[in-house]
Amino acid sequence: FNMPSSLRLLAAGSVGGCVWYLERRTIQELPHRVTRLFRNVNNQWVMVQHLSFLKRMYVTQLHRGLSQRVKPKPEPATSPFLEHMSSGQARAEVDELPSLSASSLPLSQKPNEELMELKAASIVEHAVDTAKETKEERQWKEMKLHADDLPGILARLSKIKLTALVVSTTSAGFALAPGPFDWSCFLLTSLGTGLASCAANSINQFFEVPFDSNMNRTKNRPLVRGQISPLLAVSFATCCAVPGVALLTWGVNPLTGALGVFNIFLYTCCYTPLKRISIANTWVGAVVGAIPPVMGWTAATGSLDAGALLLGGILYSWQFPHFNALSWGLREDYSRGGYCMMSVTHPALCRHVALRHCLALIALSTAAPILNVTTWAFPIISLPINLYISYLGFRFYVDADRRSSRKLFFCSLWHLPLLLLLMLTCKQRPGREGDKGEAPS
Amino acid sequence: MAALRRGSEAIRLHLCRSFSGGVGRLARERGTERRDAASSRVSRFCPPRQSCHDWIGPPDKHSNLRPVHFHIPENESPLEQRLRELRQETQEWNQQFWANQNLTFNKEKEEFIYSRLQAKGSGLRTKSGQRTALDAEEMADFYKEFLSKNFQKHMRYNRDWYKRNFAITFFMGKVALEKMWNKLRQKPKKMST
Repeated sequence: FNMPSSLRLLAAGSVGGCVWYLERRTIQELPHRVTRLFRNVNNQWVMVQHLSFLKRMYVTQLHRGLSQRVKPKPEPATSPFLEHMSSGQARAEVDELPSLSASSLPLSQKPNEELMELKAASIVEHAVDTAKETKEERQWKEMKLHADDLPGILARLSKIKLTALVVSTTSAGFALAPGPFDWSCFLLTSLGTGLASCAANSINQFFEVPFDSNMNRTKNRPLVRGQISPLLAVSFATCCAVPGVALLTWGVNPLTGALGVFNIFLYTCCYTPLKRISIANTWVGAVVGAIPPVMGWTAATGSLDAGALLLGGILYSWQFPHFNALSWGLREDYSRGGYCMMSVTHPALCRHVALRHCLALIALSTAAPILNVTTWAFPIISLPINLYISYLGFRFYVDADRRSSRKLFFCSLWHLPLLLLLMLTCKQRPGREGDKGEAPS
Repeated sequence: MAALRRGSEAIRLHLCRSFSGGVGRLARERGTERRDAASSRVSRFCPPRQSCHDWIGPPDKHSNLRPVHFHIPENESPLEQRLRELRQETQEWNQQFWANQNLTFNKEKEEFIYSRLQAKGSGLRTKSGQRTALDAEEMADFYKEFLSKNFQKHMRYNRDWYKRNFAITFFMGKVALEKMWNKLRQKPKKMST
């Protein structure tokens, strides 16, 4: 009974379970993103309800005030309003009310019912207006950073869930690499990659504030909401990048460190600006996604073998059905925000590329045993899921509608962790090269 | 046709509003003096006197950007003043660009939908009275055309935005260093007294 291989299986199992859990949580969150239209409508409905409640509240106050004004007593109408408002807003109300009370004086002397009703209507309208403004003013927040908010803010700034997925692909790369499994190296690699990913994501958000504000998917990010200053975001990114890369370079090996720096550069300085210049950004982004598992492999072996490139290739190909399907539903936001995406500028190419890369996944899975990364069991047992995603890719290519794009996107979310898990279970054991169809021990 | 005219009129009103500063739509329609009295939404908001921080508001209706009310400290240094003015100017520049962008997008989208529906021969409203909408595939032509039409505009905006963002962050860094330096200088003085 081989100790290292059981440890490897344990790591594989825990990695797979972790990835599966995270993917499930992402899936649970995705309906929010994909059905954002429904949520917007819902939010508007809630606001209408709130406004009508406020309107009712002010109308009852007004009726009290109006009944007081019918008697010929020059009473200022400020008191019913001030009772229900904070001092900050009262000032705004007092500015507007004198004009009302001045014009209402002649009315109180000549009670004309029709005029009163019209005035009441305009007062109510004004009250609703005021209510809206009051509500808006309450939405102003002080830009003061509280220490207990900071962890949550930094987690959102660094896109912690995406970082976790990136670290899990790196772990998969590490676990798939040949050689004895070194726990300390594994932990250092995961930590270093995680820090590098946090840094890259923070810089990405730093660059994209006005664009993120205009897209529903991204409008609640910390910099958009002003919860953190740009200076702090950049400082945080530096404080993650420097230790992260140092950890990878000196704690693991220089090759992994170099790949980490290169990936940060590629993501922040190439992919992010390129999103607004050319559709080539999708291909650059796919490389960014492919590098972490390569880093995991180089961390374990210290060299860039064919196996590392194969793993990178699988992640590279996976990005296309994943992203192209996602971008299909965001075409309006991309067009308005000025993002150059295939789904907007070259829709046919978008679907064609997605299908092409689904088929490439089958080819790459077949190449795995040839390069001694896995046994021949792998292309066989991964065939069903690869064929399924290719089928969905084909449907997306032919139908070109929102339904098929959503199906393909959701499939890609479970397809990748499952594929990596299968790879890990079919990993080629040392000294058994050439064995075909061997069941994992 | 009438609906479109009403729509474009509303959009013109909105454009006026976005350039002159936000005013309540009801107030404008009623045509009261409040229209002149009311200034932009940012200056309408007054933070509590004891606050010494900036305040950030809800997203603007047209630009989706959140306005910031900048706090002016009593002993503001020239560097801090420069930073504040740069941020204020950038905010206004951003507001103008995005409000214009979003309004233009919505206007052109309406025109596109209208022209397509005319070409198809169907009316502006369905039997149930709701507005007829084109599906995503029909809108795709419009999205592509809009993006390519505004490409140069976005290139210029991107370049300027990156410059401003870097400048603001750089000045923020300088201000932070200046504050730290002042604090360090004050401490030995306190210790010596």
